[in-house]
Amino acid sequence: MAFEGLADRLQSTIKKMTGKGKVSEQDVKEMAREVRLALLEADVNFKVVKDFVKKIKERAVGVEVMESLTPGQQVIKIVKEELTVLMGGEQSKIAVSERPPTVIMMVGLQGAGKTTTSGKLGNLLRKKHNRKPLLVACDVYRPAAVDQLETVGNQLGIPVFSQGTEKNPVDIANEAIEHAKQEHLDYVIIDTAGRLHVDENLMGELTQIKANINPDEIFLVVDAMTGQDAVNVAETFDQTLDITGVVLTKLDGDTRGGAALSIRAVTDKPIKFAGMGEKLDELEAFHPERMASRILGMGDVLSLIEKAQDNIDEKKAKELEQKMRSASFTFDDFLDQMDQVKSMGPLDELLGMLPGANKMKGLKNVQIDDKQLVHVEAIIQSMTKKERQDPSLMNASRKKRIAKGSGRPISEVNRLLKQFDEMKKMMKQMSGAQGGKKGKKKKGPNFPFM
Amino acid sequence: MSFLNKLKDKFTQTKEKEEVSDKYKEGLSKTRQSFSSKLNDLVARYRKVDEEFFEDLEEILISADVGVNTVMTLVEDLEMEAKRQNIKDARELKDVISEKLVEIYAGDDFEVASPLNLQEDDLSVILFVGVNGVGKTTSIGKLAYQLSQEGKKVLLVAGDTFRAGAIQQLSVWGERVGVEVIKQSEGSDPAAVMYDGIQAAKSRGADVLLCDTAGRLQNKVNLMNELSKVKRVIEREIPGAPHDVLLVLDATTGQNALIQAKQFQQATDVTGIILTKLDGTAKGGIVLAIRKELNIPVKYVGLGEKMTDLEPFDPQAFVYGLFSDMLTEE
Repeated sequence: MAFEGLADRLQSTIKKMTGKGKVSEQDVKEMAREVRLALLEADVNFKVVKDFVKKIKERAVGVEVMESLTPGQQVIKIVKEELTVLMGGEQSKIAVSERPPTVIMMVGLQGAGKTTTSGKLGNLLRKKHNRKPLLVACDVYRPAAVDQLETVGNQLGIPVFSQGTEKNPVDIANEAIEHAKQEHLDYVIIDTAGRLHVDENLMGELTQIKANINPDEIFLVVDAMTGQDAVNVAETFDQTLDITGVVLTKLDGDTRGGAALSIRAVTDKPIKFAGMGEKLDELEAFHPERMASRILGMGDVLSLIEKAQDNIDEKKAKELEQKMRSASFTFDDFLDQMDQVKSMGPLDELLGMLPGANKMKGLKNVQIDDKQLVHVEAIIQSMTKKERQDPSLMNASRKKRIAKGSGRPISEVNRLLKQFDEMKKMMKQMSGAQGGKKGKKKKGPNFPFM
Repeated sequence: MSFLNKLKDKFTQTKEKEEVSDKYKEGLSKTRQSFSSKLNDLVARYRKVDEEFFEDLEEILISADVGVNTVMTLVEDLEMEAKRQNIKDARELKDVISEKLVEIYAGDDFEVASPLNLQEDDLSVILFVGVNGVGKTTSIGKLAYQLSQEGKKVLLVAGDTFRAGAIQQLSVWGERVGVEVIKQSEGSDPAAVMYDGIQAAKSRGADVLLCDTAGRLQNKVNLMNELSKVKRVIEREIPGAPHDVLLVLDATTGQNALIQAKQFQQATDVTGIILTKLDGTAKGGIVLAIRKELNIPVKYVGLGEKMTDLEPFDPQAFVYGLFSDMLTEE
């Protein structure tokens, strides 16, 4: 892959430093260069990077690094702290107007995802805040943009106000607000046409809409994959409209998303939400700290932990741990565990959140196919209860039956049995090590089939 | 004669070429202004060619979204070149800089633009792929217009059965251009729609079939597999098809564009790129990195919202557009 995370980048520099005891200014300079490259590779604007690296240098040359035992880690920590500060606190609140309806205007470049985000936002307001939103189709330029919003509204069961493509967007917005008042809808989300920030006419139209409807929020919708130009876009939209917040879309891709940092730095406006998928409920509060990790390529440890907490039944986890220790782990437990992990989301997504996962050569290009899990499940489910408890019962004819029952080749059955056997051996070793020598303890989450 | 002047000559020779380059100049004026004014700034500010000079040059190139790796190699090359030719004055280096850039842009076939792989007297199938929101449908509309202006019988297939309103969007383009759109309802199997499209194109004796697909992020394995399947269906129905697989890239995209190109190339053997939204302030420097690392040529650039605002990518005109300010100031 084209990108290396900061942690990887710093490895070589750190290696040189270990054993030195203290970090020289030259070391800091070298590390600062790596920080700079990592941020640039993540698409953070070069001006923003410059200021940032300067700040890091100042802090790092000071006491903190010099006296630290692991200087490299300390630098990463400083970088992450500063980055988190720069990204701001979590702010997913949406304004509430004293006199409803509250009006939200969605603006941005073409293809950023305004229409989809409008729908997602409406859904969020209704679901989480118990509001009654109205979607307004003010994109009269792009072919079928009105149809798109109407379809989204239909899917969600949220009313859409549209007047075709012949009318002026300013008038449509005005009438929509009147309509919302009559219908006692308390939020109006106005979807505007995508436009280039340098298109003076169309930017003027936005100013006009704003002056007419006096919105409570103006959200700039930005594609997370945006490069260096994010700064120009955000700056111009903010100067023209004084935006109140940012929504970052397509964050479920594999971009590092440095644009987020650039936008924060030049507008000082909060990033409020993040689009995390194509489904209409995949709009999440934006977490500045996680974004900081992501930009640095450090793995989204926090998200992983949170997901695990949300989805894994604690009691079951305890039981499982007990079983692993006593090595009385059976195929039934295996199935159980698979179900729990599966409920956390697609596996490759989980893997991506593990720090260092992109460092492990073997894992880098592994595409974990959720279908494989289905096959494993099918094989286990084709075993009898006895077989699941005691795999040593397996013989050729049993295997044949299982293969037939699951519709998988015998070789696959064999492989699973072998893997299971090895896993049990590993568990035995681990539980032995945990009782005895401390040094051998395995770190981190440990999913048996990974 | 300096390299840039040579280019200039080339473009002032014939009227037709001038028109092309005018269009580029217009569309790229934002790009050109910021890029070459920065380069001029740089050269004016520094009398001496020193470390600081190269650092600033690095930044200018990075701000154009030319990937970090490409920039580093380029700057190293330039440093070497400056040493070799013993260049001390920054103004002298300007020519070398542009020459190097052109070299990466255009490689060995600097003279050759990359046209579509259209079949003579037979059906040509062109598949459009890319992430969400890059302008696939719009590009299809624009290309359909151009091809039908050239007298070709064009047919469109609405293969984006996922996004709300995508089928209508393509249909509107079909009406505008006056070409038929083959479609099924939203949510139907895209491979099946493609099959329909091919059968229709065959029976109607179409010259070109333009196939729209749903936008997808390149890290979604299932969706990428779906795309490979769509391509396989086309391959199976017409040997040698699709004759072009065009990856549509948004010029505002940063480093991720390179990963996009890699992944889509793996899934569908991309044969060319359409670089859209180049009429903003985005520099489209990604093209450099992609050309260099993956050798995928840019075939078209989107330079505006109008039906006519799709231009065949001409590396020379493109570079000329980028650097013409520098010429006039000389």
